[in-house]
Amino acid sequence: MSEFAVILVHTTSEAIFTERILKAAGFDIKLIPTPRHLSSDCGSAVRILMSDKEDCLEALNEAGLVLDRIEPLEI
Amino acid sequence: MIYLDHAATSWPKPACVHEAMERFMRDVGASAGRSAHRLSLEAERIRFDAREVIGCLLGLNDPMRVIFTPNATTALNMVIHGLLTRENSHVVTTGMEHNAVMRPLRALEQSGVTVSIVPCQSDGMMHATSIEERIKPNTRLIVVNHASNVCGTVLPVRQIGEIARRHGIPLLVDAAQTAGAWPIDMHADHIDLLVFTGHKGLLGPSGTGGLAIHDDFNLDLLPPFIHGGTGSQSEEETQPNLMPDKYEAGTPNSVGLAGLAASVHYLMDYGLEQIVAQEQKLTSRLIDGLDEIDGVHVIGPMELNQRTAVVSFNIESIPCSEVAHHLDQQFDIMCRPGLHCAPRTHRTLGTYPDGTVRFAPGPFVPIEEVDRAIEAVTTLAEQRLNV
Repeated sequence: MSEFAVILVHTTSEAIFTERILKAAGFDIKLIPTPRHLSSDCGSAVRILMSDKEDCLEALNEAGLVLDRIEPLEI
Repeated sequence: MIYLDHAATSWPKPACVHEAMERFMRDVGASAGRSAHRLSLEAERIRFDAREVIGCLLGLNDPMRVIFTPNATTALNMVIHGLLTRENSHVVTTGMEHNAVMRPLRALEQSGVTVSIVPCQSDGMMHATSIEERIKPNTRLIVVNHASNVCGTVLPVRQIGEIARRHGIPLLVDAAQTAGAWPIDMHADHIDLLVFTGHKGLLGPSGTGGLAIHDDFNLDLLPPFIHGGTGSQSEEETQPNLMPDKYEAGTPNSVGLAGLAASVHYLMDYGLEQIVAQEQKLTSRLIDGLDEIDGVHVIGPMELNQRTAVVSFNIESIPCSEVAHHLDQQFDIMCRPGLHCAPRTHRTLGTYPDGTVRFAPGPFVPIEEVDRAIEAVTTLAEQRLNV
């Protein structure tokens, strides 16, 4: 199983919004270029720890963010 | 120098604004939303910060509904053109509007839009019910100036908002003079769409402005005004239906937004109540001082709770442009004479076509400078009698 998951977002504003919420909640995250095999939609995506996936989703839902999707990150 | 032209552009700006813009130009520089490298992401963080703090100031929950445009005029055109596209559309506005509203409305009249203008009293005041009386089955928009850029009159936006909400008609508020200078809560005031500018009460740089959209407003009603690159959905040749990109085509003024974010944080830290209190103190002194001068007529409401810090006046038998020229040349005082891009307002106030002299002190103008301005007007009024 992958160590990381990647949150795909629609826009860079959304990437920054996601980063802001997750960082404030103390999650270990990083903005990365959107993996080409997953989407051509936006320049940036948010990498999180796979183990944090459910908690991250909950934090983002609470903030009212509608995500594109979350995928495992294959390195 | 005494600068009393804050209703046109506030100046000087807080030092944090210069510093944020200088830092952006030196250390960031890149385009927000266009690349994924760290400088571009930092530019996007700064732009997002500006959205968030402005949304907070205006009582919005969703920062993605704060849209940036080059100025308030662009944002007003975006909404006015966007909501009046249906055939046989009708719009209600007031006799206190700026040309940023009147000119797009007049242009749309050429294509069949009908416009009802609610008359206001000679001090600019009006009753919200006179808006309701003009609503028709085909009314698609109500657009009102929150406060006059000529004489400071504040219109009863909350009551107008209640009426608009009851009739299901979007309310657009031109807050060019009130954002950062008057309390605004888009939820409590029932404002669907609010246009702001960055370079006046918000204390930011010129070239920044925007549209704040109520959290419950149906975005499908408002099409994009400008189409083009957004950095998102680049595979598509049509405008993305994503916020905020739907309304933000083209390279943003990132350095301006860095300054704006800094200025609005400064405002929030300083406290809007304190800003209003300081401006009211200056306005009170100005109105009382000018009103006492023989041959000087002050225009607009005298009650401080119904006006912003914008005071218009005339000196009998001296054209306003000459008064302003003498104030500049003899007394080192900067102000704005004329019609202030608001001929409709001046008609309402009875000062068309001659116009007025406008003193607009910002919140940080020392009261001694206001006193010196009153003394200067006194001198000019006395000189008039000796000619």
